Amino acid sequence: MHEPPEIQLAGLRKSFGPKLVLDGLDLSIARGDSVVVLGKSGAGKSVLLKHLVGLLEPDTGTVAVQGEDLWTAPRSRRDEIRRRFGMSFQEGALFDSMTVGENVAFPLRRHTRMTPAEVRGRVAECLALVRLHGIEERRPAELSGGMRRRVGFARAIALKPEILLLDEPTTGLDPITTDVLTRVIVRMRDTLMPTMVTITHDLKVAFAVAERVALLDGGRIVADLPPREFAASSDPRVAAFVRGDASEELEAAGSEKGSE
Amino acid sequence: MSFLVAFGSLVLAVLEFHGRCVELMALTVRGLLRRPFDGRAIATQVVRVGVEGLPVVLLTAVFTGAVLALQTYTGFQRFHAEAWVGSVVSLSMLRELAPVLTALMVAGRSGSAMAAEIGSMRVTEQIDALVALATDPVQYLFVPRVVAGIIVLPMLVALANGFGIIGGYLVAVRLLGANPVAYGESTFQFLDLNDLWSGLIKAGVFGLLITLIGCQQGFDTKGGAEGVGRSTTAAVVLGSLAILVSDFFLTKVLF
Repeated sequence: MHEPPEIQLAGLRKSFGPKLVLDGLDLSIARGDSVVVLGKSGAGKSVLLKHLVGLLEPDTGTVAVQGEDLWTAPRSRRDEIRRRFGMSFQEGALFDSMTVGENVAFPLRRHTRMTPAEVRGRVAECLALVRLHGIEERRPAELSGGMRRRVGFARAIALKPEILLLDEPTTGLDPITTDVLTRVIVRMRDTLMPTMVTITHDLKVAFAVAERVALLDGGRIVADLPPREFAASSDPRVAAFVRGDASEELEAAGSEKGSE
Repeated sequence: MSFLVAFGSLVLAVLEFHGRCVELMALTVRGLLRRPFDGRAIATQVVRVGVEGLPVVLLTAVFTGAVLALQTYTGFQRFHAEAWVGSVVSLSMLRELAPVLTALMVAGRSGSAMAAEIGSMRVTEQIDALVALATDPVQYLFVPRVVAGIIVLPMLVALANGFGIIGGYLVAVRLLGANPVAYGESTFQFLDLNDLWSGLIKAGVFGLLITLIGCQQGFDTKGGAEGVGRSTTAAVVLGSLAILVSDFFLTKVLF
């Protein structure tokens, strides 16, 4: 137990203009854990994830990766720390000036000394892991939403990251494609065994992928439990989220101004 | 009072824009000095800005030279100075018109394209993806474009000089019946090597300004497709203004 947690967030606070998004958030993630952060749209889930890899700098509070503070480290060190991460973005965020193969090869060409043949092999391997074959020459614009996200996964795992971050991997997809992606995520988890943080508001995905489920509400983590306990929790915020029940919230809004 | 507020915020916006450009310029220079050096990316941009921009630039130059000859000829005829038309065309092209008009065309063509491309990358999270892949986005996106701009603009201007002079020659000799030998002599009679150099130095500075502003506008894009449109417009407007304002001061410094 003396090993520092893989990721440690302490007192994280972030606002955009007058809007306070994260309000003293604490979260600690052990090595190899798979944590799913649930929350309503606009609760700050993506903001939280972007803090983990240093895409956003907190106003106050610390982000530590394997015990090392991301923002007191010098810039070059921060880039080294980032290489331990793989991140997939909501819509895939593939480079649309490149082919699928070049997208997945991008981190390999930039950060390794692999030969072109080795790069090709690794690209095919990563695509196979997300159950895509022979699409290296296609352009991102030609792919469906689900495929684009899987290519995004393949690019994220190309460097065999120790920490894998998935931002809304299934949002806006049909149930069948969602199931495909969920299975691919579980496969990546079981094959690569990374520390994994997934952001979603889809409970089905959450329970399939998570070893721990956390609920983000009001800028803080208000619950952090194993999936079964989370589903059975009597905490009113958790129960409302699990049931998909907005009555309490509407009442609160109604008593204030009657707006929305 | 509201006038003062508006004026104050305008001044702040101008200062902020300049500060941002200087900051990104510094990051670009740092990116250029650091590994990896991406020669292929620079070559790609040279082709896009230079080779693909060539027809527009040369057409502009030919017609500018032509109209210049036409206008000065009619004017100079009034006091029997037709003999100096060639000198006027070549001097104005080399020192002023070729660099400025070429730069304006490139700002409209390439500065806007850079803002649109990088702006779309911003709003589709591709720039975040670059950072997450431990890649410095300024080094990856700015360096090839800015370096290409500085290399390509003087080349384009050198060609524009030639084509402008040819345009003037064709109009004067073929259309207005000037003596070809006399016109040719008058073209080069008063030209100094410094005229050429000052134009080419200007062109290099314009290349830097156009690409830096194009990249900056794209990079700082906010708010979806609408934001990309705004950045693209701003890249052309601010790029053109930067060319015209800096042109005055450069001319002042470069005699």
